[in-house]
Amino acid sequence: MADPMRIRAALAGDETTVRVLMAHIMETGIRKDASGALIPAHFIQDVEATHNGKSVLKTMWSGAVSQNPFLSFKFKGAAKGDKVVVKWVDNKGDSRTDEVTIA
Amino acid sequence: MKKSMVQRQVLAAAALLVGMGAALAQDATATGIAQYREMLQDGNPAELFEMKGEKLWTQNRGPKNATLEKCDFGKGPGVLKGAFVELPRYFADTGRVQDLESRLITCMETLQGYKAEDLYKAAANYGKGESANMVAITTYVVTASKGMDFALPQGNEKEKTMYEVGKRLFFARSGPHDFACSTCHGVDGQRIRLQELPNLTKNPGDGVGFAAWPAYRVSNGQLWTMQKRLNDCYRQQRFPEPKFGSDATIALAVYMGVNSKSAESIVPAIKR
Amino acid sequence: MKKFLKITSVSVAVLMLAACASSPSSADYDKITSQVTQGSFQAKGQASLERLQQDDANRLCSAADVAGQPLDDKTAQMIQAANLKTIKWPADGKFLGDWKNGEKLAQSGRGLTWSDKAESANGGNCYNCHQITKEEISYGTIGPSLYNYGKLRGVTDPNSPAARGVVEYTWVKLWNARAYSACSQMPRVGHNGILGEAEIKDVMALLLDPASPANK
Repeated sequence: MADPMRIRAALAGDETTVRVLMAHIMETGIRKDASGALIPAHFIQDVEATHNGKSVLKTMWSGAVSQNPFLSFKFKGAAKGDKVVVKWVDNKGDSRTDEVTIA
Repeated sequence: MKKSMVQRQVLAAAALLVGMGAALAQDATATGIAQYREMLQDGNPAELFEMKGEKLWTQNRGPKNATLEKCDFGKGPGVLKGAFVELPRYFADTGRVQDLESRLITCMETLQGYKAEDLYKAAANYGKGESANMVAITTYVVTASKGMDFALPQGNEKEKTMYEVGKRLFFARSGPHDFACSTCHGVDGQRIRLQELPNLTKNPGDGVGFAAWPAYRVSNGQLWTMQKRLNDCYRQQRFPEPKFGSDATIALAVYMGVNSKSAESIVPAIKR
Repeated sequence: MKKFLKITSVSVAVLMLAACASSPSSADYDKITSQVTQGSFQAKGQASLERLQQDDANRLCSAADVAGQPLDDKTAQMIQAANLKTIKWPADGKFLGDWKNGEKLAQSGRGLTWSDKAESANGGNCYNCHQITKEEISYGTIGPSLYNYGKLRGVTDPNSPAARGVVEYTWVKLWNARAYSACSQMPRVGHNGILGEAEIKDVMALLLDPASPANK
């Protein structure tokens, strides 16, 4: 499996803020190497975050997102101690799933 | 054509900006960069390297199949807190002044059975193969001293000598451009293009200069340690290449580190 | 491998023993530094170990910096005189080239590093340290602003006798600035082969041609 994400989730009032750091090369597919050949595209396409099995965030990314992306989002309806699961899938079919406990 | 209130306001603001001219453009640029840097603080990808380093620290590796947990960075075996802000320092067991990265190689050799020669060779291929592991472990070790002030020891004769050597190296001009470290870093308040240059002949402040490396560089997605930073400085000075962990690089680190006494370490930092 | 480590450290150890009797002097530290330098670098790409050699100008200016004292007048004059001798004047007597190419050269910081191919063209590195045109806001402040360089010096016709003094002064500054200021931070663009004669003429035009954006 790919390198682990670093995820933090904190509840403030009724809002949970989730902050995710993902390790990924995010190669756009339009860069060229030293010999002039195109470097193949390799980037995260889909990210989904779920809480108690329910989807709270779904994204569709392109190569425009930078290397080692940082994602931060908020949602309501969670409690301290609940688990949030984040999963990404890239254009080569690689994926990574990690979870965090809301603090 | 009648202009709306908003359109008139926009035109007035634009006229004001044009009137203020280049000076404002410069301020706007500096402010913009500062804001960009502030935004980057949240979610520093250096944490990914730290995570990897933490795993490697407790992993059985090398011919001896041992962990690094007994590595002594100057404050006792396995003591990480406060170690980074006292490096480089003299080590009795090797008889030399060492920085974090060369000391890590010492530990990987004595505790895990790696050959130091192989590790130095690997280090020359920065960020790849075993070097990637060393960079990760380095990031993990420096994080333990985050927020602490620099306090390099200067009690040992060799430590004092390295300071003096580092000072002389800092001011040594040569190469086709007659550059020395001091060309860029020898005075207050100058910049190269739009990159501010801290004065490293004295304490440049918390989290600046020596207190800002290792750092994750957003522009190339790499985590650069101090050895890498010095290597690339010498490249741009048009010098030949400093050997990884050489006395020259350690002496410069002693000079900058001692000058940074009481500055707060913010590493691992994030850079453009 | 201990042998590798010893090569770079033994110099420190040996000289430490020698200096044991009393505190090492500045000259002792100079000696140790020289040995550390010899052992710490390796040639890479076009960057040879020769580049570690300091000529008189660099050796003396660096020593003055370490001591925290400016050079004495006599030594400064000596360095300036020696560097003045290195000035090569344009063979055809023409000082100005094309400012458009001058701007390209000023923008480029490439060349002479170990990651640059030896055959590739060098840039002048100018904007790293200087402001030159109004349009380019990404400029450094290591050197003085050169904005309106020719205009401020009253150069309306660079080929006129009236402008001769400024033109020749500028040529010397670019070819070897240490001819005028012993410890100038300005690289010796012509003398050290950073740019060739034709390219320096283009940079001259960027600075002195009234049509150049630097003078608008």
